[in-house]
Amino acid sequence: MKEIAALISGLIFSLGLILSGMTNPENVIGFLNITGNWNPALAFVLMAAVVITGLGYRLAWKRSKPLFEASFSVPTSQIIDKRLIMGSAIFGIGWGLVGLCPGPALASVFTSNGVKVLVFIVAVAGGILLQRLLTLLLERKAAATV
Amino acid sequence: MNTESIINALLGGSLIGVSAVLLMLTLGRISGINGITSGLLSLNLNRNDLWRVAFLAGLLIGPMVYMAVGGTMPEVVIEKGYSYLIAAGVLVGFGATLGSGCTSGHGVCGLARLSRRSLIATTVFLTTAMITVFLNQ
Repeated sequence: MKEIAALISGLIFSLGLILSGMTNPENVIGFLNITGNWNPALAFVLMAAVVITGLGYRLAWKRSKPLFEASFSVPTSQIIDKRLIMGSAIFGIGWGLVGLCPGPALASVFTSNGVKVLVFIVAVAGGILLQRLLTLLLERKAAATV
Repeated sequence: MNTESIINALLGGSLIGVSAVLLMLTLGRISGINGITSGLLSLNLNRNDLWRVAFLAGLLIGPMVYMAVGGTMPEVVIEKGYSYLIAAGVLVGFGATLGSGCTSGHGVCGLARLSRRSLIATTVFLTTAMITVFLNQ
């Protein structure tokens, strides 16, 4: 059941991205292009998504636990640190370069421009692994200097 | 921007919201795509990670289902070449992992639950993204 729920959730997410035009990097860049021909679509997508999610989360959290798991896995940290800011800054640069991020990319693999999208996705995986490797190396260095 | 695009944006955004709520209700999880994906890039995978594969599979089959119910093949216009795509991908993956989230994790789920961290993260990545687009013109 867990996997079916996840599959359906992913599918609805994908359909939402496609319907709203967010799988087209042109629309994303258009929104980020605030000094040029501005395309506000992304703002509407985000607004609707945040409102629905906000209301739905509140309802979901009235339960003591999720339907198919023992507990909710929601992050609790409230710390604003360098990692958060630097990471977000770097993510934003990458996002602004092509107008792609993980969700829309995965949702557009099976379209006519799938090859370019796939290259992006593999690079994302590379970036994730690179960040993990860097963290590991820094941790080892810190431990060694103790 | 015409009325149809605005309606499609609102409807599409609502579907994204429904998807996020569904994942929270059923599995108790945040729909952060980078997080879901990075959880699979591990040497310690077990049966409990199968939901990640299922979610990503759902994302992948979207276009096919969309067209099956009468939609047209989504247009995906990418003007940049492969070197841009690779650089962008590495920065996105690196940044989202370092910053604990991407547009879906922080921008949708984080803002929806009024997370201070997500508010800052979203503000920062929107800013650098807009600057990047401006400089790239």
